[in-house]
Amino acid sequence: MVRGMLGKKIGMTQIFSEEGEVIPVTVIKAGPCRVVQKKTEERDGYNALQLGFEEKKESRVNRPLLGHFRKHNSPPYYHLREFEVDDIDAYQEGQEIKVGDVFKVGDLVDVTGITKGRGFAGVMKKHNFSGGPDSHGSMFNRAPGSIGAATFPARVFKGHGLPGHYGAERVTVQRLKVVRIDPEEGIIMVKGAVPGARNGVLEIKHTKKAGKKGS
Amino acid sequence: MDILEKIEKGLMKTDLPPFRPGDTVRVHVKLKEGDKERIQVFEGVVIRKRGGLNRSTFTVRKVSYGVGVERTFPLNSPSIEKIEVVRHGRVRRARLYYLRALKGKAARLKERRKGLG
Repeated sequence: MVRGMLGKKIGMTQIFSEEGEVIPVTVIKAGPCRVVQKKTEERDGYNALQLGFEEKKESRVNRPLLGHFRKHNSPPYYHLREFEVDDIDAYQEGQEIKVGDVFKVGDLVDVTGITKGRGFAGVMKKHNFSGGPDSHGSMFNRAPGSIGAATFPARVFKGHGLPGHYGAERVTVQRLKVVRIDPEEGIIMVKGAVPGARNGVLEIKHTKKAGKKGS
Repeated sequence: MDILEKIEKGLMKTDLPPFRPGDTVRVHVKLKEGDKERIQVFEGVVIRKRGGLNRSTFTVRKVSYGVGVERTFPLNSPSIEKIEVVRHGRVRRARLYYLRALKGKAARLKERRKGLG
């Protein structure tokens, strides 16, 4: 079995458990993906499947990539990603991968995406500094404050939180439970939030972390 | 947003009676007690409805032994067995928070005789 696949974030909603509890879920449109390339132990030193997600016009692909797609008799895709695979021989190039084949309800998955970009962010947003009082004539509102001592050590310690670019980075959320799957529509619902904006591309993988089921 | 809307519509109940703020309703709530399940009825005036397809909620207010009690229910929760509309009240706003300040005779609502709509 492939250990994961690509998808697109649709948005969040809620569903009810049998007990009537509300479960917050992220709706992801996963796949359909296609095996573009098989990486094998003999040839590449490891087993993996390169999956393509979301077809692309040929005219939009650059020449080197087009060569890659042509070589594997595949239509071009916007997104290519490699995924680990348990039984490489069970797959052929060109095979379609659907959600139902990869995940089932109750599985724990890791979801990777690119977080929303927040631009040049101050220290309160970026590092959760508490900032100062907003009123009573305070002139210390959102500033970082002191960033160290004086003559000794005469420098700012490494790792000190300062303003700067925040967000738009690759983040993985681990151990999200698969709550519902609709194989026909290619929809997977996962408990909790997932990095990125709507329509962001996500990698969904079986979780790396073992341990007991259910979170 | 289209896919999400479709999914949320699919998660909605279809057998609910139409009711509005001001109506008096009887909500049958499933309760779990150990491994037994029983149904409790909560009757009162709907003072608020919040939208959002399958995420809608409504709040019911009643006065129990002189104490005002408000409960907010998710409209599409499976623990709501059924909702009965007892009486349609005539009100002129959507959020009836002013009822909280009123009691006894002043907190009554006139009945709306016409059908819904």
